[in-house]
Amino acid sequence: MSAAAPATERVLTVRELNACYRTRHFGARREVRAVDGISLHVDRNELYGLAGESGCGKTTLVKTIVRGIRPPLAVAGGAVTFRFAGRDRDIYALEQRELENIRWRHLSYIPQGSMNVLNPVRQLRQSFVDFAYPRIGRPMPEFLQQVESHLDRLRLEPAVLDSYPHQLSVGMRQRVTIALASICRPDFIAADEPTSALDVVVQNEVLGLLHDVQQEIRSSMILVTHDIGVHANVTDRLGIMYAGRLVEEGRTVEVIRNPRHPYTSHLVTSLPRIGDRTQKRGLDGAPPNLADPPPGCRFHPRCPLATAACRAEAPPLVEVAPGHRVACWVTAPPRSPATVQ
Amino acid sequence: MTAALLDVDHVGMIHSVGGLLTRRAIRAVDDVSLRLEAGTPEILAVIGESGSGKTTLARMILNLAIPTTGAIRFLGTDVTRIRSRRERMAFMRQVQPIFQNPFEAFNPLKRIDRYLFMSARRFAGVRDRVDIEARADKALRQVGLSLAEVKGRYPHELSGGQLQRIAIARALIPAPALIVADEPVSMVDASLRMSIVNLFKALRDELEVSIVYITHDLATAYYISDRVLIMRRGKVVESGNTRAVLDDPRHPYSILLKDAVLSPEDAGKP
Repeated sequence: MSAAAPATERVLTVRELNACYRTRHFGARREVRAVDGISLHVDRNELYGLAGESGCGKTTLVKTIVRGIRPPLAVAGGAVTFRFAGRDRDIYALEQRELENIRWRHLSYIPQGSMNVLNPVRQLRQSFVDFAYPRIGRPMPEFLQQVESHLDRLRLEPAVLDSYPHQLSVGMRQRVTIALASICRPDFIAADEPTSALDVVVQNEVLGLLHDVQQEIRSSMILVTHDIGVHANVTDRLGIMYAGRLVEEGRTVEVIRNPRHPYTSHLVTSLPRIGDRTQKRGLDGAPPNLADPPPGCRFHPRCPLATAACRAEAPPLVEVAPGHRVACWVTAPPRSPATVQ
Repeated sequence: MTAALLDVDHVGMIHSVGGLLTRRAIRAVDDVSLRLEAGTPEILAVIGESGSGKTTLARMILNLAIPTTGAIRFLGTDVTRIRSRRERMAFMRQVQPIFQNPFEAFNPLKRIDRYLFMSARRFAGVRDRVDIEARADKALRQVGLSLAEVKGRYPHELSGGQLQRIAIARALIPAPALIVADEPVSMVDASLRMSIVNLFKALRDELEVSIVYITHDLATAYYISDRVLIMRRGKVVESGNTRAVLDDPRHPYSILLKDAVLSPEDAGKP
């Protein structure tokens, strides 16, 4: 935890965010709501984790947060506010030019599979120049010096700058993209599945690097991965998504040690471990189709605890302990009617 | 001694890369031996990082790649000597693959049941429409689905977990003796992963199918496999009973692998 930070400052505030994919085929409109009324915040120097299975909307949420959206994905409501250099900036109210100024310098986004974006026919040094030189605004020798010392601080050989992407392993390429995303010392980094394509040993090196980046430039981070083991080891707080909604959120230790939502409990307890051969079970049914989600709580068709209330109405996200929010009628019933929306 | 179900005898696969002057040999698989006995179905896990040669080994067992050295014998016959179509079909009837990505394993423009019907016609030798459908339905029921749920549907209409079950059902149609599964759960959602893994256990226990389970995930290997083979850079660095090896790994690389596994139990530790 970041005990050194004086007072917690909210770098990112997301309020009631809705985003959907709108498509039209032969006049028939279809709307897939991939992010449904999500509110969350990230403090300065905090590592916020997002977990959930594929198709639950975690990538869409991150794209929406960094305004990396293009049709058919559109924002249908809510607000995303960043606090950079003491100023609140509503990212959807910014002009294109202001957005350009914020990107890289204040806000970096490492999309899924980003290790494959490096230009294959240019040395990595050139990629750093292409991406970051215009943003830093220093003379070239000084800029290259800065790149080298940045790599050095992240314990990467500055010699990699002389190689071409194909000469490096996937893990090394991913570390270079992370170095690239952090070269301008952004206040906020969003990383989408940065370790999913990697082996366990390499995964640890990349996670170590993300940790170093955060320590070194004291930025805040959103880390998306479906791997609960990764969250347990690196993130400070954890949000669990299911079918476009946040179903549980709290300090990572709390959420994993003491899960309150039945879906989280399943995610945590169903994982096999070395040294444990007890029978584990998968969940029945399949993740819901977001074009036609089930009514009420979206987890109810697969939930062992489902009641009539779960089928009728979606549970609100309520605070069950300080900083620990859960959306479930059974395990976290709202205490007073006032909290029900 | 009776012939083993599968006898991989000092196989190697060498690719040569580079030009005339810079030619060098890459040993993708280097002197690997393993043996699965007939009559005692078991799950053998092959673990290793990417580039360790585990997929190349799988391709050689499936006779999709021919080893440059050594021999692979299936029930006593050398698979690399298979020439005629008849022999190949007989081999494929006994040894079936399951691949990593269920979304890529099926042609998106083809109805999914066609794969099942085709396998039934080709490998199970049934000709009649009713028999073919009965055969497909039986295989689907073994994986917890039914033909009624699947018939006429295209791959995009089904979830990854369902598709992977269908891929397993397709592999079961010829009633094989050996299934080679290359990372079968790494693309499947966490909530469905364990049901697929449990399915492999049931195949071993109830249908007596031996399984070569290729993975990089030590935890699921520990959970289902009887024996384990840890590979690094084409070589087997450690092998033996899964529990013995993973509870107390001896080779430095196995220790490194085990230590690199991140567990939810680590939450709250520094």
